[in-house]
Amino acid sequence: MNIKRGFTYLFLIIAALISIFPFIWMVVSATNASVDVTKGTLLPGSRLIENINNLFNSVDMWQALWNSAKISVTSTIFSLLVASAAGYGFEMYRSRGKDIVFNILLASMMIPFAAIMVPLFQMFAKISEVMPFLGIDTAGAVILPTFTTAFLIFFFRQSTKMFPKDMMEAGRIDGLSEIGLFFRIYMPTMRSTYAAAAIITFLSSWNNYLWPLIVLQSPENMTVPLLISNLGSGYAPDYGMIMSAIVITTLPTAFVFFIMQKRFVAGMTGAVK
Amino acid sequence: MHTEKAGLNQHIGKSMNGRTRIRLTGWFFMLVPVVMISVFYFYPMVQALLLSFKSGRGSNLQFVGLDNYTRLLSDTTFLTAVKNTFIYLLIQVPVMLVLALFIAVLLNDDRLRFKGFFRTAIFLPTVTSLVAYSVVFKYMFGADGIVNKFLVKLHLIQEPIQWITDPFWAKITIIIAITWRFTGYNMIFYLSSLQNIDKSVYEAARIDGANAFRQFFTITIPLLKPIILFTTITSTIGTLQLFDEVVNITKGGPGNATMSISQYIYNLSFEYTPDFGYAATVSYSIVLMVVLLTMIQNKIGGDKRS
Repeated sequence: MNIKRGFTYLFLIIAALISIFPFIWMVVSATNASVDVTKGTLLPGSRLIENINNLFNSVDMWQALWNSAKISVTSTIFSLLVASAAGYGFEMYRSRGKDIVFNILLASMMIPFAAIMVPLFQMFAKISEVMPFLGIDTAGAVILPTFTTAFLIFFFRQSTKMFPKDMMEAGRIDGLSEIGLFFRIYMPTMRSTYAAAAIITFLSSWNNYLWPLIVLQSPENMTVPLLISNLGSGYAPDYGMIMSAIVITTLPTAFVFFIMQKRFVAGMTGAVK
Repeated sequence: MHTEKAGLNQHIGKSMNGRTRIRLTGWFFMLVPVVMISVFYFYPMVQALLLSFKSGRGSNLQFVGLDNYTRLLSDTTFLTAVKNTFIYLLIQVPVMLVLALFIAVLLNDDRLRFKGFFRTAIFLPTVTSLVAYSVVFKYMFGADGIVNKFLVKLHLIQEPIQWITDPFWAKITIIIAITWRFTGYNMIFYLSSLQNIDKSVYEAARIDGANAFRQFFTITIPLLKPIILFTTITSTIGTLQLFDEVVNITKGGPGNATMSISQYIYNLSFEYTPDFGYAATVSYSIVLMVVLLTMIQNKIGGDKRS
């Protein structure tokens, strides 16, 4: 019995160490010179400030952070509004017709992005001709095709099943309009569902790589993942500097995760229960 | 459904007007997503299918019938990409899911101490962006990198392993990287389902004399079947779409040894002389695989739960 205990702890300690190690190494490397990073040094150096200075002097990190923030915040707001309204609509105004529509929408979850990226690119190339502000190389083009996801609609519909329907009846008697019910009663009651959905949506938008890579072209529109990828594949890269860029972008998400861990996990697993 | 509707109608009077208005409001709530998903998912799917029968440079496309599909079968780069993707799929997905399930079972023990620490630590990789962690792994697995240094120090290897530049080890590096990033993610799904299992079921089994091993296979696995199916399908779809890691760790190299199907589609459309028609044909091969594999997995794992 004790051997089993011992094995359990040993295994979990090793698993935890392997999981955390790249984070430690990333932070340590951000304090080292490029040569030391390739040599795999594990001791903290004194070049953190220099690396960060180099980063902000050689690329427009602020611009990339701003672009990413702009896209992620806008995406999250639209996503939540649209998906929650739909999840609410499908569940509260249930009918056979709507269930069919719901299942058709769910089928879109099976569509691999790689399968539609070429036609999407062509679509936005055409949009560029008539509406340049929404076409190739704009934040709008990054946001527009990605903010509506069947997953999030499904997530809100599942959560709405727990919502007490009596509250709607009460609201109707009080003379609230159907739209009013959604904004005045549903939204405030479902705060924690919105919080969970906001975290997953924000992170997936913040980390999105392939579609922005296709649709964004000029350096001033670049998002953080594009910038890091470019730094990493550049000619004679400065590894210490790249690691400082990675630390700067990873720490905020790790921090958000630590504060909102419970909601984050609830948001991930809630939809499939 | 009908009783629900009737209940709803009691409060708004029996006026046809109110009923119609409520029904229309219901549709109004789902108007935007129906339009968006049709325009940005279903329409491009149809477009891709049409495109797959055309070929040419850039926007200068001509109808070529099934030529793209015959080209597919003799395209060595495509076949390599498919082979690589299946190697990832057949090795990485099972290893990761078994590991995730194993960790979840260990963590589900009530008497375990530091549970919160272990859970948080193992889940932490999930918060990293795919690009960021890929770049970190690229340097960690460099020829003079920390991983080789560590293995040499532990006397596990004599010579540094060429993790990035050797065709065999490059695949292993990609598999290790994906496993690092997604094991904790899948573990959380298992853990939250395990916590929903009534402890008395195990108690009863123990009284009947079933050991831990038996309990695992006769209680845990059957009860987790739906979630195991879910994680298998999402991991399969994820692997078929593998892009960020391959591009940022090995660039698909050396040669095409690690190239994934998604990367090949990207290269056909945006790196080489663009041939959108042929790229669409390749992308339909992913659709076909997703559909086939999901059907197979549903068949194996999804027998009707009564």
